Amino acid sequence: MNHQHTAISATTGTAKNSGLRSIELPIADLNQQGAVHLKERLLALDGVWAVTANAKGKLLRVTYDPTQLRVDTLIKSIHDTGYAVGTATTQLNIQGMHCASCVTIIEDALLRTPGVLSASVNLATEKAHIEYVPGHVDLKGLVSAIEGNGYQARETSAPTESALDREEQERSQEYGALLLKFWFAAIISLPVIIFSYPDFFPVLRDWLTEGSDTRRIVWGFLGILTLPVMFWAGSHFFTGMWQGLKHRQANMHTLIAIGISAAWIYSGIAIAMPQIFPSAKLAEVFYDVTAVVVALVNLGLALELKARGRTSEAIKKLIGLQAKMARVIRTGIETDIPIEEVLVGDIIVVRPGEKIPVDGIITEGSSSVDDSMITGESIPVEKHADDEVIGATINQTGSFHFRATKVGKDTALAQIIRLVQDAQGSKAPIQRVVDQVSHYFVPTVMMLAVSSATLWFVFGPTPALVYGIIVFVTTLIIACPCALGLATPTSLTVGIGKGAEQGILIRSGDALQTATKLNTVVLDKTGTITKGKPELTNIVAAAGFNEEAVLRYAAAVEHNSEHPLATAIVEGGKTSNLVVPEASEFNAIPGYGVEAQVEGHLVLLGNAKLMSQKNILLGGWEEEARRLADDGKTPMYVVVDEKLAGLIAVADTVKEDSKTAIAALQSLGLEVVMLTGDNRRTAEAIGRQVGVNRVLAEVLPQDKAHEIRKLQLAGKKVSMVGDGINDAPALAQADIGFAIGTGTDVAIEAGDITLISGSLNGVVIAFEISKVTMRNVYQNLFGAFAYNILGIPIAMGLLYPFLGVLLSPLIAAAAMASSSVTVVTNANRLRGWQPKEKLA
Amino acid sequence: MTTLGDIFIILGGIAINLGIALFFWGPRRSGTRAALASNGYQEAMVLVKGGYTPDVIVVQHDKPVRLYFRREETAACSEMVIFNDFGKSAKLPTGETVTIEFLPEKAGEYEFSCQMGMFRGKLVVE
Repeated sequence: MNHQHTAISATTGTAKNSGLRSIELPIADLNQQGAVHLKERLLALDGVWAVTANAKGKLLRVTYDPTQLRVDTLIKSIHDTGYAVGTATTQLNIQGMHCASCVTIIEDALLRTPGVLSASVNLATEKAHIEYVPGHVDLKGLVSAIEGNGYQARETSAPTESALDREEQERSQEYGALLLKFWFAAIISLPVIIFSYPDFFPVLRDWLTEGSDTRRIVWGFLGILTLPVMFWAGSHFFTGMWQGLKHRQANMHTLIAIGISAAWIYSGIAIAMPQIFPSAKLAEVFYDVTAVVVALVNLGLALELKARGRTSEAIKKLIGLQAKMARVIRTGIETDIPIEEVLVGDIIVVRPGEKIPVDGIITEGSSSVDDSMITGESIPVEKHADDEVIGATINQTGSFHFRATKVGKDTALAQIIRLVQDAQGSKAPIQRVVDQVSHYFVPTVMMLAVSSATLWFVFGPTPALVYGIIVFVTTLIIACPCALGLATPTSLTVGIGKGAEQGILIRSGDALQTATKLNTVVLDKTGTITKGKPELTNIVAAAGFNEEAVLRYAAAVEHNSEHPLATAIVEGGKTSNLVVPEASEFNAIPGYGVEAQVEGHLVLLGNAKLMSQKNILLGGWEEEARRLADDGKTPMYVVVDEKLAGLIAVADTVKEDSKTAIAALQSLGLEVVMLTGDNRRTAEAIGRQVGVNRVLAEVLPQDKAHEIRKLQLAGKKVSMVGDGINDAPALAQADIGFAIGTGTDVAIEAGDITLISGSLNGVVIAFEISKVTMRNVYQNLFGAFAYNILGIPIAMGLLYPFLGVLLSPLIAAAAMASSSVTVVTNANRLRGWQPKEKLA
Repeated sequence: MTTLGDIFIILGGIAINLGIALFFWGPRRSGTRAALASNGYQEAMVLVKGGYTPDVIVVQHDKPVRLYFRREETAACSEMVIFNDFGKSAKLPTGETVTIEFLPEKAGEYEFSCQMGMFRGKLVVE
């Protein structure tokens, strides 16, 4: 659906004072001062009776007199004050426009509709582009405004299922038509073949003696019989040729059309004027060639079409994921509405087992959600209030309410579909070479056919004319530009779709091909190798205390602190199900630690500096602290009543699958480098944990791109893996940038490849996919080139002087038809590919 | 032993080949200039039927371009049009007009083609 809702929904109602109307307008960036200012401005307008602004709800309620004031004037005044009203834009397809004046009629009708802010109709595209206030007028209202003037309107098709169904329908119609033409040509081929070679059938040989008039008459009938084959079953070859010729372009149709008509015309002359041929042997007919070539090529085209339909299966699956209905709470009532009508800001109810309709943030309730269809991660994720949910994922256990943040074409799924479609439509660099070849291909084949026919006629054995016409037709028929043209795009379509299934969005064919040439992978540390937020890792208790007690005291004093390390400790206490006591007299000592009273004890928590300041005896625990620090952790001492109770350490921990993913990258022959702004000791500790030897530590954010450049200058093909925001310059500098874990914001521009899930295994899978896809492309190209390079000379009769081999045009037709089917089938083999590494 | 007739046949073959080369690869006349619409876009309509009509479109740089493609055939070959240099592509459902917009920033010649590269056209940016 093609909506673009810039903000929250608006509702209108009739005020008590009859004649007056009130409208609620969503104002995206409304604040307290602004509300006052805006109120003053609006009250100054004629026809405005009352204005209430709700800065918190970002809502403006205006009571106005519709006879004095139009909504669009009101909205224009708000715009002039510097605020944006949440409006929606949509496009409608209009049918029935025949003249330029229709444009103004429809535009006027739309602009007269309350709630419509602007409307522009384009006669060429038959589309109306409308900006309106949702809630004040809806799609139905817009459509009925247009239809009231005698035109038909329907919504433009974005990547929806209905658009896909139409495409599917078109495809199957085309398939049906080709198959029908195949059967027609095939059935006629049978008698044509039999009567074309009467000498092979004893009964016919006696009846249709060579050179007899009976033979000529029967052959004449064959000629008439093959006419509908050529001009109905083979009509597309002629129209295709003609359309191409008008553009001075030649294509497969040109070759087939010339081939079959040459065979037919030669046969016609042989029957009508046998006397011009030096011997009766020359007056042969080739109607079988015409009929069989049409039949086989049509069959090939039909099979190819069917197979090509399967190459875009991945995108069909994605589109099929979209939910159709959403249960929205509006004015306190739950109503089921189509997802196209869901607006940003709507509160949506999701029950167990239901599909989440759009992207948003949970407002109440919690549940576990199966994100696998979007992120590729197979383990359901626990989600609570304030967590992000992604449309098209499936709610499993609990029920919750969430506020829609992205709808229509802005949802993660819609963006993914668009990205994948764009990528499938892009060309790999290798395709440029192929394009150049196909530019010269068809005319070259025509020239080769003419040359070989000439040479056979002049230098060939008798009957030279028959041999000449055979090599001419066979050369034209065997050449298959389609196999060349299909080789790259079909594999790319399947490969990129396969990536999307795994939550890996490869942005273009260029990225896919470049990915196979990389030899270095640079990984950002924080958030890429590690989880990006500190976690409690170690508790070491001193004599007289146990680990639980140490954690209890630590969690109690840190409860009031806002330091990220404190959060890690408090979270640690929660996961251990501890009942954390209340702390009082809390005192944070910046750079040192904290102190507080817990259950009557004075508890200190902090670093070595705090200990020496408070004169606490560490009794050899410095060693333990250093050991923890060497592991890249941050140790803190816990002191209870001036006595050391133990050590507690937090660290930004490594993601569960980072180590295996890095090992997998190394086994693919890639050098793995870690890049971080962190201090060398922590960085190297993490490097040791995950098996990365080359660590670039203490790199300032702005220098990351420079480090990538240095690697490139050393002759490396470098890919950078990092988040799309902080690492954007480095991602752009790298030959391939992997933007990792972007959640719902998948359209982020920075990466060449976007990994929707946070797992590093996605990088491994992306490498594998690009490898197998490019291998498939090369197989196809090799096959297609080899076929043409071998087939064309054989058809020209190059082998004849040595082996006496000359191809029959019938075999050439079969070979040509099967070659393009083979290419597409090979690409479809990729559909069954599964990654070695699964995402967690 | 070649006869005079044979020589004529050979010369005829050569002539046909030259004709083919010249017809398909010979110089083409200059293209259609996109019209500047009131909305600031340079607009042109392209018919997709056995090729692109017009197949050479001339536009000015730094002004947005909007091309309307209308495909009036069902052969699967032409179901997509690709402007690789601008990273744009579009599916062309039969009988529907599809819009492609982009901003050409640098002067030059940019090819556009169908997915298989059989249909091709050129965008000349001045």
